[in-house]
Amino acid sequence: MTHADSDIGHERPPGDLAIWIFICAELLVFAVFFASYAFTRANHVELFNQWQSTLNRNYALVNTLALITSSYFVVRAIAAIRIDHRSASLRWLLGALAMGALFLVVKSMEYADHYSHGVNLRTNLFFMFYFSLTFFHFMHVLMGMVILGVNAAVLRKGGYSAENHRGMETGGSYWHMVDMVWLILFPLVYVMR
Amino acid sequence: MKYQSQAVAKPYFIAAIGLFVGQILFGLIMGLQYVWGDFLFPEIPFNVARMVHTNLLIVWILFGFMGAAYYLIPEETENELWSPKLALLMFWIFLVAGALTILGYLLVPYAKLAELTMNDLLPTMGREFLEQPTITKIGIVIVALAFLLNIGMTLLKGRKTVVSLVMVIGLTGLAVFFLFSFFNPDNLVKDKFYWWWVVHLWVEGVWELILGSILAFVLIKTTGVDREVIEKWLYIIIAMTLITGIIGTGHHYYWIGTPEYWQWWGSIFSAMEPIPFFMMTIFAFNMVNKRRRNHPNQAAVLWALGTAVMAFLGAGVWGFLHTLAPVNYYTHGTQITAAHGHMAFYGAYAMIVLTMISYSMPLMNGRKAANSNKSQVVEMWAFWLMTVSMVFITLFLTGAGILQTWMQRYTDTPLNFMAAQEKIAVFYWMREIAGVVFLIGLTLYIVSFFVGRNDPEAVIEEKAAA
Repeated sequence: MTHADSDIGHERPPGDLAIWIFICAELLVFAVFFASYAFTRANHVELFNQWQSTLNRNYALVNTLALITSSYFVVRAIAAIRIDHRSASLRWLLGALAMGALFLVVKSMEYADHYSHGVNLRTNLFFMFYFSLTFFHFMHVLMGMVILGVNAAVLRKGGYSAENHRGMETGGSYWHMVDMVWLILFPLVYVMR
Repeated sequence: MKYQSQAVAKPYFIAAIGLFVGQILFGLIMGLQYVWGDFLFPEIPFNVARMVHTNLLIVWILFGFMGAAYYLIPEETENELWSPKLALLMFWIFLVAGALTILGYLLVPYAKLAELTMNDLLPTMGREFLEQPTITKIGIVIVALAFLLNIGMTLLKGRKTVVSLVMVIGLTGLAVFFLFSFFNPDNLVKDKFYWWWVVHLWVEGVWELILGSILAFVLIKTTGVDREVIEKWLYIIIAMTLITGIIGTGHHYYWIGTPEYWQWWGSIFSAMEPIPFFMMTIFAFNMVNKRRRNHPNQAAVLWALGTAVMAFLGAGVWGFLHTLAPVNYYTHGTQITAAHGHMAFYGAYAMIVLTMISYSMPLMNGRKAANSNKSQVVEMWAFWLMTVSMVFITLFLTGAGILQTWMQRYTDTPLNFMAAQEKIAVFYWMREIAGVVFLIGLTLYIVSFFVGRNDPEAVIEEKAAA
């Protein structure tokens, strides 16, 4: 389980084992949320379809692209540090953070839109789920950005190298989890009829 | 003991154990009143016995936490406590205020106590668990502030570790959330809403941080496993605790008049609250399995492992049992709640304080690492008697609760409350017997401090170097 730092690139799962325990626990919470959504929707198909169609899917599409791109940037950042290209790695990581920030901005605009129309948690069952799920995920994007931010700060100070960049693998694993959860959330809440 | 000032923990621990005895005695009185309604009436009515039972619990756990912090923080920060004198002064203030409050409960009617303590100037009394007169509450705040000052200054001038930071965050949270006991809105919904910010966010939030840090400290000391490994576990445990526990407050908001989404939020998040407790169990056993040395204080290791298991069962499993809104609709406020409350408080908070006492008391009494074999054997007997009897108390109350739910709620022909109570009386009798066994265990626990004092310390024969 504990590998020497030298074969860190081949480590499976990548990063710290602790983050994987955490990721599994987080996924469990999301899974319960998704399952609750699915069961409730099955009992209120009409209501869900009706209100789902009021959502702005363009916002969500932009956000999906933003998160996928950010994940790609994280992959490039780790690929770069594996060959000791620190400055390139840092640029990719900052790019990923920028994409995360874009997600937060777009999502906030969407929330503001709802708010201006008087739509909130208590509007109906669909919006209860919509706000709960997306806001819980929103907080995870924020948390993931904090972790990537710490990674970037350490990287800037020269804390990572080709031999030792386990922290980046750890942060990257968490970020991919946040991204993937959105890839389930997006069709589930915005698209699926 | 590495630092002289750690010794201030000792009076805190002694007071904690003394109040623990009081709590159990009043528990037994109440337990009997369940089946023998007139017992000790009118001297000690049920509601007073209950108030004393729960208030003593809170106060002794607080004494235990403070003692634990006074022992742990100097050692973790590697310097003497900022002011041992202040710690001792606060000890006496807290003890006297606590004793006067309990006497107040017992000697004068509650309404009279409210009048005597001028509750009308700032009304805070009359709410479950927060029954203390306002003046006592102010005293608690003063003690907590002085305590945090002392601990905080010690931390500032010394080494900062994850264990001590997590503990200080937990203790600060404890003090901050207690402030909501002064917030007493006229609106009954809001009153209950914020009341839970004290009660729930203590036991299912910040106290878990304190629990985690004490457990981590004792495991570092007794297993010799690398601090980095233990700290990593602590990080994910507290992250999961906060993610699930904070919004998990919603499981108290189902039926008090809050918006409907709380039924979803409360159900989903609180259903996940067992996760951090499960992690704690895995963590404790993993660390003990990976131990680099066999610590001679085997009693402390037993308490630590026991805490991890019992906290998971009591807080995690028994909490989950009735946390989902559709289930809670029927079980709310039945003996199932009491079953959960007993095992969770014992398993998580009573046991973690006893773990810390078990680890540190021998050192404060001048031992190098552990008590004599004889003393540890008695202590382990106490552990098993108390723990097993608590399991039985929980099972009997669960049985009572299930029947109560069945006969009184989940039926087309519900019995009235007292009729249902009569039918489950046999469970209350068995619970009372288990309670007596618990008291015997507690007595043995106290005896363990006095036996084998002149015997040599327990030693472990190392089989092979790890």
